[in-house]
Amino acid sequence: MIDFPTYPSAWTIILPVLLPLLGAAVLQLLRQAREFHLPLALLTVGAVVLCDLLLVLQVLAAGPVSMTMGGWLPPFGISFTADLMGAAFALVAAVIALLVLIYMEMDADRSIKGDGIYSFVLLLLAGVSGSFLTGDLFNLYVWFEVMLIASFGLMVLGGRPIQLDGTIKYGFLNFLATTFLLLSLGLIYGLTGTLNMADLMAKAPSANPAAMASVGAILLLAFGMKAAAFPVNAWLPASYHTPNAAVSALMAGLLTKVGAYALLRSLVAILPASRDVLEPVIMLVAIATLVLAPLGAIAETNLRRALGFVVIGGIGAVMAGIALPSVVGVGGSVLYILNAMLTMTGLYLVAGLIEKLTGARDTRDMGGLYAATSLPSILFLTLMLAAAGVPPMLGFWPKLLLLEAGLDASGLATGNINPGAALLALALLLNALLTLFAGARLWSHIFWRAGPDGEKADTPHEGLRPLARREVWLGLAPSAVLTAMVVGAALWPDLLFGLAQTAARDILNPQLYVEAVGLP
Amino acid sequence: MDYAIAALAGVFFAGSVYLLLSRALIRMLLGLSLLGNAVNLVIFVGGRLTRAVPPIVPAGEVMPLGGANPLPQALILTAIVIGFAMFSFLLVLSYRAYLSLEADDTNRLRLAEPEGGPQPPLSY
Repeated sequence: MIDFPTYPSAWTIILPVLLPLLGAAVLQLLRQAREFHLPLALLTVGAVVLCDLLLVLQVLAAGPVSMTMGGWLPPFGISFTADLMGAAFALVAAVIALLVLIYMEMDADRSIKGDGIYSFVLLLLAGVSGSFLTGDLFNLYVWFEVMLIASFGLMVLGGRPIQLDGTIKYGFLNFLATTFLLLSLGLIYGLTGTLNMADLMAKAPSANPAAMASVGAILLLAFGMKAAAFPVNAWLPASYHTPNAAVSALMAGLLTKVGAYALLRSLVAILPASRDVLEPVIMLVAIATLVLAPLGAIAETNLRRALGFVVIGGIGAVMAGIALPSVVGVGGSVLYILNAMLTMTGLYLVAGLIEKLTGARDTRDMGGLYAATSLPSILFLTLMLAAAGVPPMLGFWPKLLLLEAGLDASGLATGNINPGAALLALALLLNALLTLFAGARLWSHIFWRAGPDGEKADTPHEGLRPLARREVWLGLAPSAVLTAMVVGAALWPDLLFGLAQTAARDILNPQLYVEAVGLP
Repeated sequence: MDYAIAALAGVFFAGSVYLLLSRALIRMLLGLSLLGNAVNLVIFVGGRLTRAVPPIVPAGEVMPLGGANPLPQALILTAIVIGFAMFSFLLVLSYRAYLSLEADDTNRLRLAEPEGGPQPPLSY
């Protein structure tokens, strides 16, 4: 039991949420002084990166960290608890926000900047960090709503008709999902009398198992919608291509991944018994998402819409790890989320540059970019290979872990065959192949062929314009940094595997997590 | 009392599903609002509904058994505030969409996802 005040060193866990909230408020106060917006936003996010880095080091050194607020002891006060998974995700999210802010300076119109796009980015980061670091389910709901309202603002800012259309679909369906989340929280409280995650780990097993399984099903639906898993993914390709490229990139990198994180946290760590009941459903969802999403990417001609389907395919890989809850499988999921955050953000940033270079949004009107400027094509290809999971990139290692978990569970070696897991392993391979195919097609259409569709396909594209100096520095540099991270991180697989293993152990054996919160 | 409120929540859910299946944006909004209230009722029931014992415990005494739990009521309060904010935003958004897209029928909101586009290119 904790009965001493929190040391200032433990504040690193709450600062990643407090700083952006404070920063957003200050930006609102200074809304007339536009020249301060970008520097202040960069400063705030930079400080968040630093805090998250300290938090990760703290968690690596001493295990999960926790802080309970309001002068109430856990489980009554609201706890913030960071294990390796939460802290690492929060760090990567802040790094992504920092890079996207730089890109946004180049990409966003002046009027949007005046309307407070930087405040919304900071609020979004606060919501995302809060979701990753909170140790209380109702608090998680609140952070989801903070994230949601900030993303509404980001998506609709500028007010072009296509944005209104996209935001309506995004808004209605995501609000529906959070209402389902609230429903499951009410039922959990009624069944167990607690919403503190660590306390719930101890109390959930003694609740009515059938009722807990149905609560788990509602949670799966709510977070599945947030993550855009297959049958409830319609909102993502309908909305992610409508705002500015920088906003799309931020959302593709952060939002669906928070849904995937919440699935891992709630179903694998907190309610494993409910997950076991739901395993066939999760497996089916994972297989369908893995196979169908890249088919969407192949059939789609709008560049950013096609990338939306690639994002959904990545969620399928995360779901695969939730369906295979071994240290290897869950570790694979955690690592895949990290990879997807970096890769998808990078892809959308490069897509924004491509749209600027060609003046088109549809791949049918693109072509000949490789001859004009080679760097974006190299970045796009590298990131596409990472999304598919081709060896020298970061995407390969989590897919390897997931495949290993699938083959272990399938029992092909022992003869005690589990057809679901075998199909899941097959779906993972098929997903890699189909994503590679979709990526290669996009790459050939945008970069490799001489000109756009039609009669002029063999003559060089005339509508291309070179990037301005400013666009090279502010636009290409963040994309290149993300790509370098995707390639560079893959050079130390031992480090990645160690990280995945520690994170997965903390998720599967929550003893350390519960002790950190201060519960017996 | 619990059973009556549970049944009422069921009626709310049924009504909200009916409204959400509509194609008119404004009906869908009302459906979302109704769904939020149905969920609030569920949380309310989760904390025991009783008039017998007020949830105020004098200093030094222990809460008597069977009293209502005040925490779900605090949760509902938070949820109402958040739900209201979301509802207002979506209402304004729908109105803006109605003005600039001249449609409140979801079948006609196809700007972001055009219907009947050409086939994907067959080269490569």
